[in-house]
Amino acid sequence: MHAYANPTRFLAIARPLTPWLLGLGVLLVLAGAWAGLTQVPGDYKQGETARILYVHVPAAWLGMGGWTSLAFAGLIQLVWRHPLSGIAARAIAVPGMLFTALCLATGSIWGKPTWGTWWEWDGRMTSMLVLLFLYAGFIALTNGEDGQRQGGSLSRGAAIYALVGAINIPIINRSVVWWNSLHQGPSITLRGSSIDNALLWPLGLTLLGFSLLFGAIVLMRMRRIIADNRVAARLRRLADEED
Amino acid sequence: MKAKHQRLVLALVALVGVAGAGVLAASALRDEAAYFRTPVEVQGGKAAVGEAMRLGGMVAKGSIKRQSDGLTIRFVATDGKASVPVEYTGIVPDLFGEESGMVADGRMRADGTFVADRILAKHDERYMPPQMVEMPKNMKAPAV
Repeated sequence: MHAYANPTRFLAIARPLTPWLLGLGVLLVLAGAWAGLTQVPGDYKQGETARILYVHVPAAWLGMGGWTSLAFAGLIQLVWRHPLSGIAARAIAVPGMLFTALCLATGSIWGKPTWGTWWEWDGRMTSMLVLLFLYAGFIALTNGEDGQRQGGSLSRGAAIYALVGAINIPIINRSVVWWNSLHQGPSITLRGSSIDNALLWPLGLTLLGFSLLFGAIVLMRMRRIIADNRVAARLRRLADEED
Repeated sequence: MKAKHQRLVLALVALVGVAGAGVLAASALRDEAAYFRTPVEVQGGKAAVGEAMRLGGMVAKGSIKRQSDGLTIRFVATDGKASVPVEYTGIVPDLFGEESGMVADGRMRADGTFVADRILAKHDERYMPPQMVEMPKNMKAPAV
């Protein structure tokens, strides 16, 4: 693991990997969207509006998965101080927030025809909105620090913030079980799925596709942060030589 | 003990502390964070007459009765253990119907009827194609 914490070794792997993740991700998302919109029947009760789940569910999982990996990066930063962990956390925050926002937006669009309301303050929706604000806070916090001078690593405060914010993830997951809520209970659990197979399979395509896209965005952003750091370091050296 | 290990132990202890605090807070919120009350809770005395609250439950089979003004409906909300009669004047969501979940905003009236100002339909976690509607008898009843 230490071997990959070196930015040069990381780049040697990330550079060829990025276009594969990106290309495969786009293909799978398009295939899943096509299948979800044309190849499967609507739901017996909701009709066509149920099809939004092929975007909503991957967005929710990636929004939550994003913060989970961000918290791991924070822990690694705090304990082992690997140079790449802070860069990874910075890179994850923006797509994580984007997918959380996508989850809230698609949920709201689905909620109006299904429940009869755009927004309600039930446990699931409120905790997901808190996740969006956590991402916004993390991005503001890390942009405010001079990341380039630290080689992209997180300050102790930002790393602790990432760890403490992780407590919201199990709360989102359990919110529909602990409290009675407007949002339905979990459809896909370890014991199986209450989404019928006839409607379920395009979700596999979009889930994998959006995950690969997420990975590609993270790799691209990490490479950009590393490149920025190198430019900044070179400019500093030049400035020192002129003195 | 190396500094690295010290930091690891410290971080893990802090993490356990934060997680414990989170679980305590969540369980303390158990009643307060509930989005609606169930008929059992309402009949168990958790609803004062005239207090604004939400009632959630299944619409009992065969209970929806449209009143003569054409706008007011009466139905029975149930959670399998208790039932509360509900009265509502207005337009209900498309997915509102018998044997499916609903959440109503409103107040208890002194005669034990819940008077709703607004009704939302609650969807359950089952998704299936229309031709399978006959099948769910062997599936578990939707939780409310």
